[in-house]
Amino acid sequence: MSARQPLPNWVTIVLMPALNVLLAFIIGGLAVAMIGENPLDAMWALFYGAFGTGMGWGFTLHYATNFIFTGLAVAVAYHAGMFNIGGEGQAYVAGLGAIVVALWLDQTHWTLVLLGSTAAAMVMGALWAIIPGWLQAKRGSHVVITTIMFNFIASAFMGYMLVQVITAPGANAETRTIAEPGRLPLMSDWFDAFQYSPLNITFFFGILALIFTYVLIWRTKLGYKIRTLGANPEAARYAGISAVAVIIIAMAISGALAGLMAVNEAVGVQKRLVVGYVAGVGFVGIAVAFMGRSHPVGIALAALLFGALYQGGQELAFELPAVPSELVLIIQALVILFTGAMGEMFHPVLERIFAKKIEAAPEEATTSTGEA
Amino acid sequence: MSVQKKKFTGAKAVLGTAVFAALMTGTALAEPALIYDAAGKNDKSFNEMAWNGAEAYAKETGESYRDFEIQTDAQREQALRRFAQQGSSPIVVPGFTWAEPLTVVAQEFPDTHFAIIDSVVDLPNVRSVLFKEQEGSYLVGALAAMKSESGTIGYVTAFDFPLLQAFGCGYVQGAKAVNPDIEVLQNFIGTDFGAFNDINTAGEVGRSQLERGADVIYAAAGAAGEGALQAAVDAGKYGIGVDSNQNYLFPGNMLTSMVKRVDVAVQNAFNDELNGNWSSGVQTLGLAEGGVGAAMDEYNAELVTDEMMAKIEELSAKINSGEIQVHDYRSDNSCPVS
Repeated sequence: MSARQPLPNWVTIVLMPALNVLLAFIIGGLAVAMIGENPLDAMWALFYGAFGTGMGWGFTLHYATNFIFTGLAVAVAYHAGMFNIGGEGQAYVAGLGAIVVALWLDQTHWTLVLLGSTAAAMVMGALWAIIPGWLQAKRGSHVVITTIMFNFIASAFMGYMLVQVITAPGANAETRTIAEPGRLPLMSDWFDAFQYSPLNITFFFGILALIFTYVLIWRTKLGYKIRTLGANPEAARYAGISAVAVIIIAMAISGALAGLMAVNEAVGVQKRLVVGYVAGVGFVGIAVAFMGRSHPVGIALAALLFGALYQGGQELAFELPAVPSELVLIIQALVILFTGAMGEMFHPVLERIFAKKIEAAPEEATTSTGEA
Repeated sequence: MSVQKKKFTGAKAVLGTAVFAALMTGTALAEPALIYDAAGKNDKSFNEMAWNGAEAYAKETGESYRDFEIQTDAQREQALRRFAQQGSSPIVVPGFTWAEPLTVVAQEFPDTHFAIIDSVVDLPNVRSVLFKEQEGSYLVGALAAMKSESGTIGYVTAFDFPLLQAFGCGYVQGAKAVNPDIEVLQNFIGTDFGAFNDINTAGEVGRSQLERGADVIYAAAGAAGEGALQAAVDAGKYGIGVDSNQNYLFPGNMLTSMVKRVDVAVQNAFNDELNGNWSSGVQTLGLAEGGVGAAMDEYNAELVTDEMMAKIEELSAKINSGEIQVHDYRSDNSCPVS
């Protein structure tokens, strides 16, 4: 019992996080009860707000799309053994590229805006991540320190750009709005159910990004190099893998993924760039990646959960005005606490349940892994 | 609210669209609504001032209102639409960031009344309330310059954008009007809206200005401003509050506050709807309209001498008569003095 038994994949990726989330909700419910509201009413308002209507689904999936991008960004760097906490700044700077191209092409056609701003967002996001990557690879400056410093630089730089350079006339700190021909189609243009929700065509890019990341990490040579470097830098060097190249490439991909958020949020929904548009999504991406165990399936589920918390929390505040908006933050924080910091809490219990089964029936265990 | 809750619990059994219908009927009271800007309700400044206006309305009329705090930018349209769908009118939004989402939603609900503070949305059902912050800042600038013994005063603000520059520019103009040689230190706390809540950095910025010789600090930075004011008070110097009357925060050390009557704007909007006097269009509230000014009360009475008071009254009269034209930074994105 001293060494940890490996658990089936579906237990690690789905069951354990699900138990953690359940626990977070139970404790969140206690907090609701403490302020004198019915926890079941509150949880129902949260759940119904997120999934009860087409509009709710639209908002939930829209937020989830953002979290998929920033979550994958953290995951890709993590597989290479780096902790990129600069998603916030990378997405912010990517917004500059995305909006400049979108405003440039907005009299043509939305397809051009979509492709152009996507490319520009990925390039800008990648560039902003390559610098800390290069500093790590060549100079040994720790990427945690440099990426978080780059968040501040991004904030100052973008503040300057938005107030002094690309400001709309008469506006305080935002660009002009994208003209009609260049606006990305919303899902509500095609499906009435999503009416009044911001879900747009970028959602499909989110799905593609999940598939891309899976293929990249587990089905390509580069992905193998990334994982080798992350698992054991010494072994990677012995195997002739260039740490410098892999670190810089992994950071570039990471930054490009974070940058995609700009297409969804700034170009797709806000249709302009405003100061501080990222609003913490880059940081939530860290929680999403950890909760999802840096695996695209886990990240998709975690992003959906956080999207639901964002949207459901908003509806909860509408339906039960007595519940302060801080309470939603408490629930979100509990989810992060139980899935991140205390994510392994149920491991010993689950080990007792599942590890024996593996010993007893290895065949069965492999089957369930396959199903996951 | 209890009615609403009952409807809500009952709807659980029915599920589906029934819930939505029940909610709609449960809240079809035409309550006015107030949706705060990103800094949130309790910022002891701009948003709290708006809340005070709504509270005053509720107290004086006995009517109720709804209010709401947003968490992300995407929720702006959503919140506006939710209140409009529930029949709220007017829906008041303080803060210029609301201009874009309000333009979208106000067109979808032409029969609902909206009011925006600090920006103009040119639609037939929207009232836009602007303040001449430069005029109020001019007065507190003059006060600061008269109070200062070191010949250096400070201006601490959230981050670089035209609205806050207008505060600073008015402040400098007022200070130079009474003392042409005065030096005005101007510093930003941060680079985005987070700066409005960054009390610690505001304190650091305030301390650095004090070290450079400032003895009066004007803090125009929402909730963060308190940090700079605290720094001035700790050093035995003077602070000037903003938006709401913050004189009570540090009695004896608060020279004055540049009040911006956001509360009046909110209360007027609510009252006008209730009394059937709603009017759309642009309203500009300056010194003459009582929209801005330098707050005088028992907490700063000892700090403001009769001589200073006389000067302020003289300057106020000149501004109201048009003899003094306080330059608005926003008119050309520049300030004639610094």
